[in-house]
Amino acid sequence: MTAWLAALAAITQREALRFIGQRSRFVAALVRPMLWLVVFAAGFRAALGLSITPPYATYTTYEVYIVPGLCGMILLFNGMQSSLSMVYDREMGSMRLLLTSPLPRWWLLVCRLLASTAISILQVYVFLALAAIFGIRFGWVGYAALLPALVPAGLMLGALGLALSSVIRQLENFAGVMNFVIFPIFFLSTALYPLWKMAESSALLRDICAVNPFSQAVELIRFALYQQLNAAALAWVLLSGLVWLGLAVWGYDPARGLIRKAAK
Amino acid sequence: MTGLRVENLSYAYGARQALDAVSFRVEPGTFCALLGPNGAGKSTLFALLTRLFTAPQGRIEIDGHDMARAPRKALRRMGVLFQQPTLDLDLTVQRNLSYFAALHGLRGARAQARIEAALERLEMPGRLGERVRDLNGGHRRRLEIARSLIHHPKVLLLDEPTVGLDAATRHAITAHVHDLSRRKGLTVLWATHLTDEIEDADQLLILHRGKLAQDGTARQLRGGLGLADHFLRLTGEAV
Repeated sequence: MTAWLAALAAITQREALRFIGQRSRFVAALVRPMLWLVVFAAGFRAALGLSITPPYATYTTYEVYIVPGLCGMILLFNGMQSSLSMVYDREMGSMRLLLTSPLPRWWLLVCRLLASTAISILQVYVFLALAAIFGIRFGWVGYAALLPALVPAGLMLGALGLALSSVIRQLENFAGVMNFVIFPIFFLSTALYPLWKMAESSALLRDICAVNPFSQAVELIRFALYQQLNAAALAWVLLSGLVWLGLAVWGYDPARGLIRKAAK
Repeated sequence: MTGLRVENLSYAYGARQALDAVSFRVEPGTFCALLGPNGAGKSTLFALLTRLFTAPQGRIEIDGHDMARAPRKALRRMGVLFQQPTLDLDLTVQRNLSYFAALHGLRGARAQARIEAALERLEMPGRLGERVRDLNGGHRRRLEIARSLIHHPKVLLLDEPTVGLDAATRHAITAHVHDLSRRKGLTVLWATHLTDEIEDADQLLILHRGKLAQDGTARQLRGGLGLADHFLRLTGEAV
């Protein structure tokens, strides 16, 4: 068991050091949600009226509404970035190094997942601190209650990235991932607009948003910020997380040979 | 017990047969060179030997452990040097080595002792704090060899380990691994397309179009010819 934990600690440390080393990635990860918060939300504030729906007990400004969605955005982008890093690793050979470890392959993948989620969560808190500087603040208890929501949400989105990385063959395909995965997932969710607002324009759109696991992750985060548990969202997040992780382990199974194309 | 044993190994990418019923064995403490032109199937063989993926047909045994039935035991006894560098350039020598040690379940004082011993063998003690980016190509490669030995494997697989190095460094690294094989009883499989890296006493496997064309000592196989000429005559392709 100590061997397993040693690997987890080493993989987490490596991810953290690499992240610190890539300062531009850190800055980009923070600038993106800050732009949405400061520029986009300010513009939308006037256009979009929000009614009082749970977990909000009073009238809420758009800047406050959008924060959980932007926390989710950080987790989503980081999950995909981790997927990019897996593809890059695989091309660089260090993924192969990882896979020749005598530890079970599923555990090595879980280690990568835990490591990238830890880094995502760190970024979320830095973003919340910046948002607080801009006057968008939540209660201290809310910040603390957020952590147990960020863990499953981050793991689920990281697992999605991991599953994708097992099938992406080339680095440049990440542009495709942006267009066909990240943007639809983000825009077809409750990150930017509440479900009832979606329903006003189309019932189908509302249904797609409702089943989107990313919406559930965002709602889990939103409720947690107000110290409430959205059990349905949690269940949906856990379930989809398990499905993605299962797909990733399947994709990296040596007998499947999905990764053989990358090695060819 | 054999060092490395491969039996009837075949692999196809769709309709293209990359390996066709390849069988060979490398005894413990033997330096075995695997020679083949590009596209001969060397990379596929290495991917299968390192369990990047598995073959539906055939059998691989590392130090007596079957790769299909006991992959973790087999991997534990194997050291690998890939053709592509796998060091993190922006991390220090120490971090690179302890990362690898931890992937093999080694940590703390035990890992540190092995790391320091590895660097001493390389005549690089005291350089643990240097960034890998600051090392020259030869030192990086030697560092990777030292790293691949930290968990004390019985079998060392090297896939064209001297690619991109100058002649003197190439010679030094080839001699270093020959020496490791002789002194430590390490079983070595060294894939290359450079005949000057092969000594007369080495076991030599010649892979051609996915099939094992020849297996013997380099001296036996080449007869009176130089190895490069022998290879050219056998495969019709220059190396």
